[in-house]
Amino acid sequence: MLKPNAKTVLQVKGLQTYFKTDAGILKAVDGVSFDLHENEALGLVGESGSGKSVTNLSIMRLVQTPPGKIVGGEIYFEDQDILKLPESELRNIRGNKVSMIFQDPMTSLNPFLRISTQMVETIMLHEKGITKQDALARSIDMLKQVGIPAAEKRIFCYPHQFSGGMRQRVMIAMALSCKAEVLIADEPTTALDVTIQAQILELIEKLSNELGTAVILITHDLGVVAGMCDRVCVMYAGKIVEKALTDELFSHPAHPYTEGLIASVPHMDASSKAKRLFSIEGQPPNVIDLKPCCPFYPRCHKCQEICHVAYPPAKQLDAEHTVSCWLYATDDEKKQAIEEEKRK
Amino acid sequence: MSEENRQPLLQVSHLKQYFPISSGFFNKKVGYIRAVDDISFDVYPGETLGIVGESGCGKSTTVRSIAQLYKPTSGEVYFEGKNICQASEKEMLLARKDIQMIFQDPYASLDPRMTVRSIIAEPLIIYNNRHMMEKELTREDIENRVEYLMERVGMNRLFKNRYPHEFSGGQRQRIGIARALALQPKIILADEPVSALDVSIQAQILNLLSDLQKEFGLTYLFIAHDLAVIQHISTRVAVMYLGKIMEIADALELYANPSHPYTEALLSAAPIPDPKIERKRQRIILTGDVPSPDKEYKGCCFYDRCPRKQPHCKDHIPTLKEIAPGHRVACWLYEK
Repeated sequence: MLKPNAKTVLQVKGLQTYFKTDAGILKAVDGVSFDLHENEALGLVGESGSGKSVTNLSIMRLVQTPPGKIVGGEIYFEDQDILKLPESELRNIRGNKVSMIFQDPMTSLNPFLRISTQMVETIMLHEKGITKQDALARSIDMLKQVGIPAAEKRIFCYPHQFSGGMRQRVMIAMALSCKAEVLIADEPTTALDVTIQAQILELIEKLSNELGTAVILITHDLGVVAGMCDRVCVMYAGKIVEKALTDELFSHPAHPYTEGLIASVPHMDASSKAKRLFSIEGQPPNVIDLKPCCPFYPRCHKCQEICHVAYPPAKQLDAEHTVSCWLYATDDEKKQAIEEEKRK
Repeated sequence: MSEENRQPLLQVSHLKQYFPISSGFFNKKVGYIRAVDDISFDVYPGETLGIVGESGCGKSTTVRSIAQLYKPTSGEVYFEGKNICQASEKEMLLARKDIQMIFQDPYASLDPRMTVRSIIAEPLIIYNNRHMMEKELTREDIENRVEYLMERVGMNRLFKNRYPHEFSGGQRQRIGIARALALQPKIILADEPVSALDVSIQAQILNLLSDLQKEFGLTYLFIAHDLAVIQHISTRVAVMYLGKIMEIADALELYANPSHPYTEALLSAAPIPDPKIERKRQRIILTGDVPSPDKEYKGCCFYDRCPRKQPHCKDHIPTLKEIAPGHRVACWLYEK
């Protein structure tokens, strides 16, 4: 849970990751900033293609270059700019301090190697001087913690002998075996069934509380966010459009996109049954060659003239609630933006 | 709605679909995957029957067996009173005109080399060439029908000469829906039609499906794993686990009074997009995974994971028992 004055462990400032494609420059992440505090679970929500995963791959510097490139911004972890570190030093951070759980448990384990080999390798790489026996003992211990029955035997199995939920547990065990300070979970439960999803989410929550790990949870499921996260960033077309505490975001969504997103999810109660679902018309935009305007304006029901002209600045509504929408700008700010665009 | 005085449109009785597991050099049969294991239900005209369950519980197989894409191992499927499991090829062709499907993956279910026009027109052309339409269609009729359908599902008719790869997932699903509507079917079997789509697009497609149901008087058999989606769209809901129906009831009744321990667990595991409710509620977390369907159970197939199991459940298979009007549960808790 979030404490006041918690230490900031990870700071992302104006991150820009672009991909070079035949059709033009694809701005997958364009000016994303957020802080991650100790012991906190931060949710990144958005539809496919909104840049959630690329943001996190950028934090780990795992974006494939070419075609992708981190063209701007800073990512501070323990007062070091990750983007400026040489590859050798980066390896100390990757896995050791910041680790990651990927979406697809079927493809993120090596099918040719036993679970034991893969786990021991991870631990031995990150912890100098640990013996193989100790690493194996630690691996078995981690598997027990994530609830794999008969871990002493099952650790010598191959990934195909495990079910999807169990493979995802192995991934979590591997990610947490090095006692990372930050855990990035990229859609950890999307490929899993609801009952297994509930198990995995509870596990992540329990372990992060015990080990004090800060979690970045990427998901498209607002239900998962509601249960897990302290704060939420909503992403659209490579930008964070709204940032708020979870309760605040669900009770007072400020951005029309957030509002639409929350309203378009069917609820499990009798009152919402007969009603039509609210739907955001249209399609998410193509992020290649976006014009300098609000990318949401073609689908927005509160769209104004200025939305076609310039991208809205981030506006602080209160201490923890920021939104990028012209609805909350003053007239002076709008005038200024229009003039600036004209000058260009 | 009372069930007694309505004729079911689709009747499934004791449907079983086993897939043999073969191994060794001579492909000896060593066992069966019991994908669908003795299920029975009725679907009434104009309603939406939702089937919900985890992956591997046999939802999709049920739908495919009903459409006769698999030959059922045993059991019967009656469509408008006719047994389509025993139907000849010609009769089946006629029945298929009234039974259409929408598939889960909008990327895999459309032929990448066909234009939108030829995809939607294909069923019309097939039935027209075999003189199975009520009245013979001219090329112009077909063209008009394609344009009408495209517009009805919310696509621009100018796109009819484009190929599927030029469209997003939501748009492709609309093409799939238009294709299913082309022959004016009576029932549409929808196999997870929205699970591959983003939330905002999912809402568009769900609204479209309800509009179409009202306009054309369609009946849906709707499969999903998302409990909120099922609740939203269904009149009645069946919960499946390991090829069996565990509970079937009116949607409102099922969500208000889940009676089977599995339904309870499923509902309590589904995340609710409201932080205040979500944090307060007590979850029933099931242990373990869904077991493999190749085992034959002497008792209840949910026994291993059930939080309310009794010794009796291990060796006795529960049957679906009516506990309230229209609410049937397969659990020993409700049998004396």
